[in-house]
Amino acid sequence: MYNSKYVISGLVIFLAVFSYPFWGNLASKDYTGPKLSLPADQKQCIEPVEFMRAEHMTLLNQWRDSALRDGKRVYVASNGATWEASLQKTCMSCHTNKAEFCDTCHLENAVEPYCWTCHVPPKGNE
Amino acid sequence: MKRSRRQFLKVASLSVAGLGAQLAAGGVTKAAAAVKPSYKEDALALKAKRWAMVIDTREFASKEDFDACINACNFAHNVPEIPGKTEIKWIWKDAYEHTFTETTNKYQSKEIEDREYFMLCNHCENPPCVRVCPTQATYKLENGIVAMDYHRCIGCRFCMAGCPFGARSFNFTDPRPYIKEINPKFPTRMIGVVEKCNFCVERLDEGKLPACVEAAPGKIHFGDLSDPESEVRKLLEENYTLRRKPALGTEPGVFYII
Amino acid sequence: MLEKVLKGSPKYYMWLAFLGGIIGIGAITYLFQLQYGLGLTGMNRDVTWGFYIAQFTYLVGIAASAVMLVLPAYFHGYKQFKKIIIFGEFMAIGAVIMCMLFIVVDMGMPQRMLNVMLHPTLNSVMFYDMMVLIGYLCLNAIIGWKTLECERFQIAPPQWVKYLIYTSVIWAFSIHTVTAFLSQGLPGRHYWLTAVLAARFLASAFCAGPALLLLLLMVVKKIAKFEIGKEAIKTLTIIITYAMCLNVFLFLCEVFTAFYSNIPGHMHPLHYLFAGTEQGLPWVTYWMWIGAVLAIASLVLLIPTSLRENMKILPWALGMLVLATWIDKGLGLIIGGFAPSPFETWATYAPTVPELLISLGIFGVGAFVVSILWKIAIDVKKEAGTL
Repeated sequence: MYNSKYVISGLVIFLAVFSYPFWGNLASKDYTGPKLSLPADQKQCIEPVEFMRAEHMTLLNQWRDSALRDGKRVYVASNGATWEASLQKTCMSCHTNKAEFCDTCHLENAVEPYCWTCHVPPKGNE
Repeated sequence: MKRSRRQFLKVASLSVAGLGAQLAAGGVTKAAAAVKPSYKEDALALKAKRWAMVIDTREFASKEDFDACINACNFAHNVPEIPGKTEIKWIWKDAYEHTFTETTNKYQSKEIEDREYFMLCNHCENPPCVRVCPTQATYKLENGIVAMDYHRCIGCRFCMAGCPFGARSFNFTDPRPYIKEINPKFPTRMIGVVEKCNFCVERLDEGKLPACVEAAPGKIHFGDLSDPESEVRKLLEENYTLRRKPALGTEPGVFYII
Repeated sequence: MLEKVLKGSPKYYMWLAFLGGIIGIGAITYLFQLQYGLGLTGMNRDVTWGFYIAQFTYLVGIAASAVMLVLPAYFHGYKQFKKIIIFGEFMAIGAVIMCMLFIVVDMGMPQRMLNVMLHPTLNSVMFYDMMVLIGYLCLNAIIGWKTLECERFQIAPPQWVKYLIYTSVIWAFSIHTVTAFLSQGLPGRHYWLTAVLAARFLASAFCAGPALLLLLLMVVKKIAKFEIGKEAIKTLTIIITYAMCLNVFLFLCEVFTAFYSNIPGHMHPLHYLFAGTEQGLPWVTYWMWIGAVLAIASLVLLIPTSLRENMKILPWALGMLVLATWIDKGLGLIIGGFAPSPFETWATYAPTVPELLISLGIFGVGAFVVSILWKIAIDVKKEAGTL
């Protein structure tokens, strides 16, 4: 093999860098999810927490289309409870702490939704 | 060495487990999605086949008369007050010759000519803005309201070129600094989208009349144009009314009692 | 063939670096626009389209004009054009790319651009415009590349290319018609609301495009040392002259209709553009008159055969023609459409420096694309001995 010295050392360096997430994690502590500030007076969100965690954006998009295009602004949840389909009037009235609820988790997941360039978060959390 | 190998195995098995969980989670979300949520209208919602507005222009004399409506609308919808040529307007007032451009007479009742008139989106029956919008960000609802979805607008401003009434405004800059007092019940807009009057569709859906109508009781009337018994129809029968640029065939839904 | 891009003289690299600089300036300015919003431009509530859309409109015409070479060559078997067709096609690619960029920089929310495809709206002309532009770009890229490749290997192009070429002829007409339809179907914009707008667009495109092509070829032939062919220049200038006559004729039809009918709405835009307002003359009035004088001057130099065939005069005539059509169909058309606002007030507009810098950057991109494509074409043709 020509230039085996360079090829092999190159490969080793590449593999080392490539596998960094694996061996890097060996040294670090176990991952713990972000600590979110949850509404004190509520036990459950409008849908099961697993669903909300994974699908809240899908749900919000459905809310938007239903409210704006079909004029149906009342959401009937799977448990039969009804809610106004509104981010500001429903979600944010409970989750009043945007910084420690929305932002903390979004930051942890490196996503930057631009909801709040238009939607108004509750006062005192800016 | 031994410990790290153990740890490696732990990590590896966890990774595999994680992968499995991922797949399973797909099932979980599917199961959750299978929970069939539904949507319905608010029981209080006001309904019509064709919403229309009749403005009694005789009732608007002082600046305060106009400002009451304009301010109510601006607050309800977080309309910014941007000075200059890039201003944002939902409902505003102007002179006769600017409002009824095709119905001007050289010699005319001074009283009518000196009066000022409200302008707002006409919620046309054949809206050119809806026709030209490439993304259906502007659309016509079944009740005749021409509505907008600011989430979808790409800011091409084709609708502004299409609207013959100058009812649309574009956010040339960030509107937030120009909003005096933010209404937490309604969103603001952002740089790069078009906006306009929405006939307070969000209020109608919860059983309230439009903000400007509420702010001018007996002066601005709102109702179902398709219903012969409605207040607006009665007013149209009893009074002489004008609409802006009727020749263009857009069929405006805003009428002016002169 | 791509390797030709990488082998050039120092001058060629300096030219590309210069264009790169211009593009860089435009790109940085655009970042500011993205951050601050379109308030950085001169556009406002009443004049909602400006310099960007004006360039878009004009450049669609430049792109479509490639058909003035393709049509005689393939529909009528006119051999003299075969040598330079590729330059027209490659210029069209540059022009379409610039068109797309001008649309993007004009958008308030460019990050949502794909909404046009995500929510296809068949009643919006903008949707069709996007489709025809992308289609035209692909057609020209495939046709241009394939025919050049065949020329390189000195074989006849495959049959399917011919069908694509026939399609591209019709397509070229359609892209500019659709662009005109963007404007001419809007109620309340009197200056645009006219059935001859599409015809005017085509006429203006079919003189301006070939004129620009000929001008560029005249520059490039000096640098790359080749001959365009006397016969080809002769025929092309005749086409240019006829198209320009038609363009001016159609414009005069507009003037007649507006002023003989005496309908204020139809007279206002022309009055604003050429005679200003009660308050005085806006800058665009001077601008339009420069355009009018240049248009007449170009025709004076193009119509008499003796002048038209004088190679010393021709570049000047073509230059004037390009400028005149650019003034008329660019900002003139846009400002005329918006000048009497929906409230019958005179809405004013002037492009700002950032707006011009961004536009310059886009022109830089176009020049860059055309430069490397033409470089490929010239090198390949020289090797094959067909230039």
